[in-house]
Amino acid sequence: MLSKRSFAIPAAGFLGIAACLCLQITPFSQGVPTATSGRVDFLRDIQPVLQASCVSCHGPEQQMAELRLDSRSRALAGGQSGRAIQPGDADGSLLLQRVAGLGEQAQMPMGGKPLDPATIGLIREWIEQGADWPETAGGNGAAVERHWAYVPPSRPELPKVRDAGWVANPIDAIVLARLEDRGLSPSPEADRVTLLRRLSLDLVGLPPTIEEVEAFLADDSSEAYRKQVERLLGSPHYGERWGRRWLDAARYADSDGFEKDLPRIVWFYRDWVIGALNRDLPYDRFIIEQLAGDMLPGATQDQIVATGFLRNSMMNLEGGIDPEQFRMEAMFDRMEAVGKGILGVTIQCAQCHNHKYDPLTQEEYYRLFAFLNNAHEAKVAVYTLEEQRRRQSLLQGIRDVELELQQDHPDWRARMDAWERGLDHDPPQWTVVQPEVDDFSTQGQRYLPLEDGSFLAQGATGGSHRVKMTIRTDQHPIAAFRLELMTDDDLPMGGPGRSINGTCALTEFEVEAAPVDHPDKVHAVKMAAATADIVPAPLELTPTSEGGKPRLIGPVAFAIDGKEETAWGVDTGTVNRNQPRKAVFRAEQPIDHANGTLLTFYLTQKHAGGDDQGTGNRNLGRLRLSITGEAGAEADPLPKRVREILSIDPSRRTREQIRQVFSYWRTTVPEWNPFNERIEELWRQHPEGTTQLVLSERQQLRPTHVLARGDFLRPGERVSAGVPVFLHPLSENGPTDRLAFAHWLVDRKAPTTARTLVNRVWQGYFGIGLVRSSEDLGKQSERPSHPKLLDWLAVEFMERGWSLKSLHRLIVTSATYRQSSRATPQQYREDPYNRLLARGPRFRVDAEVVRDIALAASGLLHPEVGGPSVYSPAPKFLFVRPASFSTKVWEEAQGGNRYRRGIYTFRYRSVPYPMLQTFDAPSGESSCVRRPLSNTPLQALTTLNEPVFLEAARALALRTLRDGGDDREQRLRYAFRRCVARQPTQAEINRLLAFLSEQKHRLADGWVSPWDLAGYDLTERPRLPDGTTPVQLAAWTALSRVLLNLDETISKE
Amino acid sequence: MSNQDQTGITDPHEISRRWFLAQCGVGLGSVALGHLLGETGLAAVTEDRRDPMAPKAPHYAPKAKNVIFLFMAGAPSHLELLDHKPQLTRFDGTMPPAELLEGYRAAFIDPHSTLLGPKFKYSRYGQCNAEISEVLPHLGSVADDIAIVKSMTTDAFNHAPGQILMNTGSQQFGRPSLGAWTTYGLGSEARDLPAFVVFSSGSKGPSGGNACWGSGFLPTMHQGVTFRSAGEPVLYLSNPKGVDSGLQKASLDTVRDLNRMRLQAIGDPEIATRINSFEMAFRMQSSVPELMDISKEPQSTLDLYGAEPGKSSYANNCLLARRLVERGVRFVQLFHESWDQHANLTNRIETNCQDTDRPSAALIKDLKQRGLLDETLVLWGGEFGRTPMVQGTETDGRDHHPNAFAMWLAGGGIRPGTTLGETDDLGFNVVKDKVHVHDLHATILHLLGFDHTRLTHRFQGRDFRLTDVHGTVVKQLLT
Repeated sequence: MLSKRSFAIPAAGFLGIAACLCLQITPFSQGVPTATSGRVDFLRDIQPVLQASCVSCHGPEQQMAELRLDSRSRALAGGQSGRAIQPGDADGSLLLQRVAGLGEQAQMPMGGKPLDPATIGLIREWIEQGADWPETAGGNGAAVERHWAYVPPSRPELPKVRDAGWVANPIDAIVLARLEDRGLSPSPEADRVTLLRRLSLDLVGLPPTIEEVEAFLADDSSEAYRKQVERLLGSPHYGERWGRRWLDAARYADSDGFEKDLPRIVWFYRDWVIGALNRDLPYDRFIIEQLAGDMLPGATQDQIVATGFLRNSMMNLEGGIDPEQFRMEAMFDRMEAVGKGILGVTIQCAQCHNHKYDPLTQEEYYRLFAFLNNAHEAKVAVYTLEEQRRRQSLLQGIRDVELELQQDHPDWRARMDAWERGLDHDPPQWTVVQPEVDDFSTQGQRYLPLEDGSFLAQGATGGSHRVKMTIRTDQHPIAAFRLELMTDDDLPMGGPGRSINGTCALTEFEVEAAPVDHPDKVHAVKMAAATADIVPAPLELTPTSEGGKPRLIGPVAFAIDGKEETAWGVDTGTVNRNQPRKAVFRAEQPIDHANGTLLTFYLTQKHAGGDDQGTGNRNLGRLRLSITGEAGAEADPLPKRVREILSIDPSRRTREQIRQVFSYWRTTVPEWNPFNERIEELWRQHPEGTTQLVLSERQQLRPTHVLARGDFLRPGERVSAGVPVFLHPLSENGPTDRLAFAHWLVDRKAPTTARTLVNRVWQGYFGIGLVRSSEDLGKQSERPSHPKLLDWLAVEFMERGWSLKSLHRLIVTSATYRQSSRATPQQYREDPYNRLLARGPRFRVDAEVVRDIALAASGLLHPEVGGPSVYSPAPKFLFVRPASFSTKVWEEAQGGNRYRRGIYTFRYRSVPYPMLQTFDAPSGESSCVRRPLSNTPLQALTTLNEPVFLEAARALALRTLRDGGDDREQRLRYAFRRCVARQPTQAEINRLLAFLSEQKHRLADGWVSPWDLAGYDLTERPRLPDGTTPVQLAAWTALSRVLLNLDETISKE
Repeated sequence: MSNQDQTGITDPHEISRRWFLAQCGVGLGSVALGHLLGETGLAAVTEDRRDPMAPKAPHYAPKAKNVIFLFMAGAPSHLELLDHKPQLTRFDGTMPPAELLEGYRAAFIDPHSTLLGPKFKYSRYGQCNAEISEVLPHLGSVADDIAIVKSMTTDAFNHAPGQILMNTGSQQFGRPSLGAWTTYGLGSEARDLPAFVVFSSGSKGPSGGNACWGSGFLPTMHQGVTFRSAGEPVLYLSNPKGVDSGLQKASLDTVRDLNRMRLQAIGDPEIATRINSFEMAFRMQSSVPELMDISKEPQSTLDLYGAEPGKSSYANNCLLARRLVERGVRFVQLFHESWDQHANLTNRIETNCQDTDRPSAALIKDLKQRGLLDETLVLWGGEFGRTPMVQGTETDGRDHHPNAFAMWLAGGGIRPGTTLGETDDLGFNVVKDKVHVHDLHATILHLLGFDHTRLTHRFQGRDFRLTDVHGTVVKQLLT
């Protein structure tokens, strides 16, 4: 075997691969890695290398030196230089010699990056092992053996094991078989205290209390552990713990991202996730509701809120953007979230070109894209349960008043008919005009023209502006102008405006006209009158304009009064406000140019809120302009909805339609004003609710095109919605819409969905998934460490009705999970990352849990579940200029909200909460299914010096002095156990007490002022427990700070 | 051999354990750790664990060891500063040729707006006869030390995407920044300081936010650490009230002893890493304030920059940048967000130049006199350029313009006294020696000793690189 030494392969870089291949590595000095066990897998290890590095020159398109390496027969046949591969004789194989750069010939790949030594080693091993190249494995069109992850999982047969007594459930059989194969045995079970702390951190993300530990220790029933599992799975904190992980994948955050990064109120979605997990909503339903809850029959508020999953994309409201560009960015982001988070396939790779490794074409990517491409980006009002109850009773109250009216006036029907007959049935004929918008005049906002002649305002909501629109018309005369403000699902609360509650205000409506044949003869059109279908009372806005003048919104006359302080407002002040509106402006003199008129409209919108958040805008959301030549035109006072009903033959109107007409008509009857006022009062009591970004399906199909290189300006062929051929087929019945896609994702035959999920849950427990790359089960992923276990869990999960709690129960009751995490250096050497699972998991907890542990140990934790996100303590300067691009709201939380769990901390994407960021929490800028796990000095500075950690140390000290017992050792044990659950060893006690004494002396000597250390900044000095001194409290604060900074405190063992 | 260690490690857990001495942007001496592990019998475990922040050799001998990127966020006007267009003065007030605007998208204005002549005069500077605006006289004084690129071009014309592209090579969020790639490739020579330090001055933070210095899919330790030149320089660096240095030291000693006991009992090498993290944190508590204290700099140096101890300014940040590279910090980035002149361009450019011209030039001079310029690459520039067309009627302004803009570079293997590239007579399009952002990135990596196609990181089943599938080294800029 001397020849094997003829080329040296450095060992560096090889070890990582070795660990997964289970090769034993000979020392570096011998130069050549030699496999003593483990088999190189062609499909996994070799084919990707050939595809990536060789086939472009030795494949279907080029056959340099007549060699092809894309199919078995061609490769074995060789090329001009002879046989490339001699099975069993690596060093005699040209393939190896050339990639290793041996001999005279140039090293392959020619002109490319040389293969790394580990890869060359793999090729050598593969040839040595006989160059096994499955007949079915080809490339580029040849029949390819299906990648394991694309074959639906089936329940594997469980292996036989020698130590059957160890097996608690089938997980263990599969794990143990692998260990026994390797001559290893599992670790003993962890002691009870360690186990309970592990279980608590895993299931609810909080450490167990001393009482919980003692209860578990005292429970000698055989069901003791299972009882703890059920207790924790039943805790509402379970949903917080595992919900946070889903929120990573769902890229949840509380702001829009990009430079303005405005806050968005979407915590209903976060609470929906927590609630869904707590009630163990089956995972298939969990996915269906998030993808298409709005399309379910009789969709509930909850199901609509769930679609917030897709809306967690960032939104660019920077001035001057092309809104379609960023809608596309959001679409790509959604695709990636579905790919990583649900499918476990890197579909986003095919956004620009066919996937390089997985059999997904670019066209197939856009066919999947088409499923999601037909929705409005809606923002709706949502109500808490309490609000929903109140809402129901108010709506009922309104109906009751109307019924009362009808009962008191039995002739109402006849009177209403008479009213209807008396209505003007010959309204003016309006001609819709859709002028050219001068983009220069919009302050970066875009007016998107729609097919019905209207404009939808999009993009930056930025500043006050006076949009200029110009059109040439042949119509004459022109006597009046109509402005319709329309509702649209793409507007907040449906519009018609862009303010946070969907309203708007029009400061001035101006028109200029010029004859087409004398365009320079421009004259301002003087308006004689303005009418509208809403006559709001004048209302003063706060804040006032910059000059300090009061600003009013009110009747439509305000829009033609020439004053910038006044505007036509369309806000009813109640949730009833989101209605289409119209105004008609009548010219004093009709415009009459026989050869056509150039009309220029100016719509001034200067009633923005003037805050830095951009949330105060009152821009028009969707508008349409019309003109008429008829004299005396006025705005139809009837709401559009009512006018539509009246156009239906009276005999064909439904009860509900009649009621709606009545609801309007009653407001026109003067003597019913007391009743009308009672109803208005009820509307005023209606809760405003909270907002949520959701999807709502469009009526008209939006076309989807293949985009060349993913560029939305280069649309190619139009495609219809469909699924890639390498995955399971779409159900044949029914429409191919977003709901069908949702069902397809969680189809029982979906090969990757269940595997992806169980793999990620496994990763949550053991730090590494059974497939390491939990976002990608595709061809570039590593083979699972335990393929049978992955499949068994996936099948079991589906057969148990996709129940997540059931999956958790399975894993935490396995003997595998319950092993001790202690290991010898020998064990760490052999399996540094615990891929064989011969011991229990041990690693630092997630960012939020780091914080939660300090809060729980100190007793500060405020355990309330759900609700608006909170502004946890953070340096204020981070959220204002110059640190931040814009001034952000950060009203530091006081009281209980200061100590809410990390999941409730408000998340700005551009200014992540520092403590969470330092401990690797993702920012929400893209989907994340695997957090990094770093260990850094900045983390140490945080737990040492960050205010909340110090407040926790103070609280733990106070609590210890109060409840910890009478002597210092008892107290020490108490504080220690609150942090790490177990009892301290004698050595630990000695060291900690020595520290305590030393600090007491220093405090007594006046080195540090005790109240500086132990006093709360927030409240007055705490009352000291009887018989204790400030020096004691300060010394215990110092000690508590040490305990909260221990590696063990923030680690799961 | 190449950076073969830079592929294949994608697992977070593995990263943590494998990079046993791993520190957030901070390289560590490993003597203490080796000792610790020896005690616990874990020494052998560490054979395959190296400090990811230990200085690493790049692909070939580098010209530059450090980078200082003066990022002029908001996008300064090339037409007023570095790209002299006399023809634009001539055509002031006229419409641009229609064919120029075909397919052109502007952010705010109707591209069919009149041209606006440059607002400042230009002068010739140095032996190289470089043409530089009158508002940059200090830059003129170092003209022979810098290379001006007039032919930059980019793909984005909105701020956040433009800044993300300039800083990460992609308009999409989630990619590692230039600084992160640099420390990933080279490690750090700073023992007690982060490898990648970020400052921000100007009126507000950059549009791209934290993503401008993020680590993307690289390990978190590669992200830039923000320093502030006034107040607490690093978040949570100072001891809290009531904790004096004696208590801090005693606390850390106790934490270390307890952690050691646990390491003995449990055997998890991660605990040793934690011990080192705490020691490093303690060292940073003294090294960072020492670094930030510019009051001991000679008055002549302070004057050179226009720096004033205790203030927060771009000038102070420039001086701090020099102090950082002196201490082995690999990548320093100064964000100065104040260049978005949609209106009032003349006045605001003047003000901006008063704030930035002297300190930027001082940095070149100071580095040079200390012999640091040769190994430090300095870059100055924003995310895109400005339109030759005017924005606004009552005032002077320019809109965003991706087609052409200008930057300057100095030191670290850049050929001094060079002017590269040309735009057309209006400064609208590049007509000669186009340098795309990807090409700039390839060139920066080249100067740092990397083949930009080979500095890769495996993520989601694919080898990613800063330049994606683009980028050509700009040879004309090299010495």
